Amino acid sequence: MDQSEEQINLPELLVINPPPVFIVHQHQFSTKFKLLKAYESPLSTDLFLQTHAQSTKAIICYGKSPITSNILHLLPSLRLVVTASAGFNHIDLLECKQRGIAVVNTGDVLSEDTADTAVGLLIDVLRKISAGDRFVRSGNWVNKVQYPLGSRLGGRHVGIVGLGNIGLKVATRLEAFGCKISYNSRQKKTVPYNFYQNVCELALDCNILVICCTLTVQTHHVIDKDVLKALGKDGILINIARGPIVDEKELVKFLVEGEIAGAGLDVFENEPKVPQELISLDNVVLTPHKAAFTEEAFSDASQIVLANLEAFFSNKPLISPVIDV
Amino acid sequence: MESIGVLMACPMSSYLEQELDKRFNLYRFWNFPQKNEFLTQHANSIRAVVGNAFAGADAELIDSLPKLEIVSSFSVGLDKIDLNKCKEKGIRVTNTPDVLTEDVADLAIGLMLAVLRRICECDRYVRKGLWKTGDFKLTSKFSGKSVGIIGLGRIGLAIAKRAEAFGCPISYHSRSEKPNTNYKYYSSLVELASNCQILVVACALTPETRHIVNREVMEALGPKGVLINIGRGPHVDEKELVSALLEGRLGGAGLDVFENEPEVPEQLFGLENVVLLPHVGSGTEETRKDMADLVLGNLEAHFLNKPLLTPVV
Repeated sequence: MDQSEEQINLPELLVINPPPVFIVHQHQFSTKFKLLKAYESPLSTDLFLQTHAQSTKAIICYGKSPITSNILHLLPSLRLVVTASAGFNHIDLLECKQRGIAVVNTGDVLSEDTADTAVGLLIDVLRKISAGDRFVRSGNWVNKVQYPLGSRLGGRHVGIVGLGNIGLKVATRLEAFGCKISYNSRQKKTVPYNFYQNVCELALDCNILVICCTLTVQTHHVIDKDVLKALGKDGILINIARGPIVDEKELVKFLVEGEIAGAGLDVFENEPKVPQELISLDNVVLTPHKAAFTEEAFSDASQIVLANLEAFFSNKPLISPVIDV
Repeated sequence: MESIGVLMACPMSSYLEQELDKRFNLYRFWNFPQKNEFLTQHANSIRAVVGNAFAGADAELIDSLPKLEIVSSFSVGLDKIDLNKCKEKGIRVTNTPDVLTEDVADLAIGLMLAVLRRICECDRYVRKGLWKTGDFKLTSKFSGKSVGIIGLGRIGLAIAKRAEAFGCPISYHSRSEKPNTNYKYYSSLVELASNCQILVVACALTPETRHIVNREVMEALGPKGVLINIGRGPHVDEKELVSALLEGRLGGAGLDVFENEPEVPEQLFGLENVVLLPHVGSGTEETRKDMADLVLGNLEAHFLNKPLLTPVV
């Protein structure tokens, strides 16, 4: 068989907008799949799908390549959606379920890096690491400007919103720093931490909130004015989950008015837009949705994505299903 | 006790200053530009010196204070105090151990995360308005990386405990192997540096440990290795450090201390793989108050002939 015939026999994999994981490890995908790259076509997405993807069984996506009911409607043969991310709020799960389409994500492989980012942001906000680095680089230390003191992490009461794979790893890390851990989750878990049925009550008792839950209709804006008020003037908010879980307008107001003490944010409601008011604040740390962006995470993510695809095309059990069929 | 003269070496805590002022006859050394004149006038009334990491009591100062009974340091490090001279003259010395252990260890881990995950660089990037979708520079994972600790004392152990929670294998170098730990011991610092990915300085500064992190150690740590210094600036050969970083022979550094604070080598300002802090290891409101209370408690105990709280000498 020659090259092109081999190519023809490879299963098709549709890519509407390429996930970063896919871009970095593309060579691993191109040897195993016939890649249908809608983003490289002059055709509109809809037209490309109608023309080229009518028998395509699998698609790879991520947050900026949402799987809407419209797209599903244009892919009659689709049986598998793979997202190169832990989050899957960009996928119309109900529609997939109804159509008998399986959905897989990256399982647990990104959890450590994401948890590390949460802890890194928290220590940075409390101990003013990014602010301190700015201070030194500005030459102000030499000019004998007094540097303000930070706040102790040990002994603080941390509330984790969403005790899944990521939340649990944040908990075990922060325990080593002497933090007391409580949480709110859809269900009570068998863990040595106090469970709170209600996020507001959790915020009332804690002075640090770490958001680790999925974005759903229920969790949209769950961190609202009431929760922020309950968190209080010495409270710190860390968000490494999804921007829309937090009412960003209220958060900005609380930070600007000094009604909470600080925030570490990796995600925002309208990425890559970041509220201008935050840019001038010294008690916030802002990162561009990079909680899982390490060499190791990307390598592990591409491996699990490929493993899921391989399993699917050989009729074996999926490795990390969100919806199994 | 208002007649007891206490000399405060430099500004370190307004709370401590206030309390010393209330209880003693406080002399603020930095308010007297003519140090010799000051000493001629007031030396005989000074019975205590309060110092810190920047200024303490060297041989010269001790010799010029004939009534000196106690040096109470607002730090755990004792490198700015001539301990031998104090021992010789029967001068007591106290420091502030334990109360700052956790904060310093927290900062060490914070620096590791900041350097490996480029948190400060990311924050700069967002603030400059450079974030567009589709950019995705990858950083280095922290969890699971091997951490080598120089000095397994209180602070070293606290760092180890935290790093373990991230799945980091721990190894260490110190004057002697410690019983009761499962961490791997290296009698050679170069060997430790060759076998870890993150090296953190957590030992005391003595004549033996000055420049303990030299060119050889940095090269053993290597182009992917990261050095974290929460000890004292002189632990590290700073000139060598700068060239190792500029030439890529060392992967990155998180530095809270420098050889000539507050001077920081400007060549480091342009580097994205370093994080630079103005000596804030114990710099939280809570810990600085605890440290101040310990200084006050030690001074009070001494002048009331009670046992010192945290004596070194």
